[in-house]
Amino acid sequence: MVRLIDIPEETRPHVANAPCPVYEGNPYVAGPPLAMRRVAIISTAGLQRRDDRPYAFDADDYRIIPGDTPPGDIVMSHISSNYDRSGFQQDYNIAFPLDRLREMATDGEIGSVADYHYSFMGSTHPDQLEGTARHLAGLLKGDGVDAVVLLPV
Amino acid sequence: MGGLGHFLEDEGVPTVQISLVREHTEAMKPPRALWVPFMLGRPLGVPEDADFQKRVLRSALALLERPSGPVLDDYPEEAPEVVVEDEGWVCPIAFNREEDVSLAERLRREVQQYRTWYDLHVEKRGRTSVGVSGLDLETLSAFLAEYAEGGDAPSPNPDVGAARLLRLSVDDLKTFFFEAAGAQPGAASPKQLNEWFWTSTSAGEAIIKLWRQVKDSTDKDFKRLSVLIVPREWLPKEG
Repeated sequence: MVRLIDIPEETRPHVANAPCPVYEGNPYVAGPPLAMRRVAIISTAGLQRRDDRPYAFDADDYRIIPGDTPPGDIVMSHISSNYDRSGFQQDYNIAFPLDRLREMATDGEIGSVADYHYSFMGSTHPDQLEGTARHLAGLLKGDGVDAVVLLPV
Repeated sequence: MGGLGHFLEDEGVPTVQISLVREHTEAMKPPRALWVPFMLGRPLGVPEDADFQKRVLRSALALLERPSGPVLDDYPEEAPEVVVEDEGWVCPIAFNREEDVSLAERLRREVQQYRTWYDLHVEKRGRTSVGVSGLDLETLSAFLAEYAEGGDAPSPNPDVGAARLLRLSVDDLKTFFFEAAGAQPGAASPKQLNEWFWTSTSAGEAIIKLWRQVKDSTDKDFKRLSVLIVPREWLPKEG
């Protein structure tokens, strides 16, 4: 449905002009076949567990969403109001497809689902997330993760 | 989003991302991305359609097996339009704006009236997205109404500043009303839900009044609130 031209005209320039830093080099890591990989989700939807402390404005830290978090405890506190949330209210898999990954693991399409998943506040400038992201890479490797699905909102 | 892919991959962790705004992804060149033609807020396309979601996820994950990159593929399948049975969907509970009743009181009554539909949503879905503020509906409604009318009561949660707590309270109030309305008979599109919320509820009225209070604030956190609480297309045009 939505290409840039389909976004409401009041919001379009804000989306079009969002900062898009360019990074040197094109890192590209190979891995085993998909059926052997361990997959984690990283969302930028400002997801958190209900009792987690809320994100600050311009937060550069992340929240952990353990894979066994009850669905009713996953909430979204992104600071922007300029996107649809009714889909997430009906079904959190639309932005955090943990149930789909579990099904794919059961069917053997992927190797396994990570124990820990993560979320950032997506409105924060990408450069501010660099230190945290590099730190997170070590934690992901510790969980045996060799495939990350990055999901915006 | 594109930055995260770059940083993680640089540390040796393979990534693939869903892209909602192709122009951003073209500029940032993350290692692997699948652009999807879906509305903002719906990266997997369709709620409660496991097959659709899995097709999208499967296409994204398949990019991990590409031998070299950066890769930016386009997902070919559109999300079906939300089917609306009645173009003139009207939320069955409409409220008259009684001018002699305070905003706080009207909001309190609306929350009370909608509670039964909200409870039905929780019963049907087994979950709710309400709860980011840590306040109950009555407290956060009163807190919002107070600031909407120009007051400055202290934050009900001393650990979270008033501006940030107002933002979270706006989320909880909107989510409560959207979930309640979504549980009512008939299908409503996201646009219809927004139109109803922003033009005919006291909750929408309170948030727009709060916007008027903070848009010229000299406090940077309150000023910041003004661009975060009302979707741009629903801001009063004089703004």
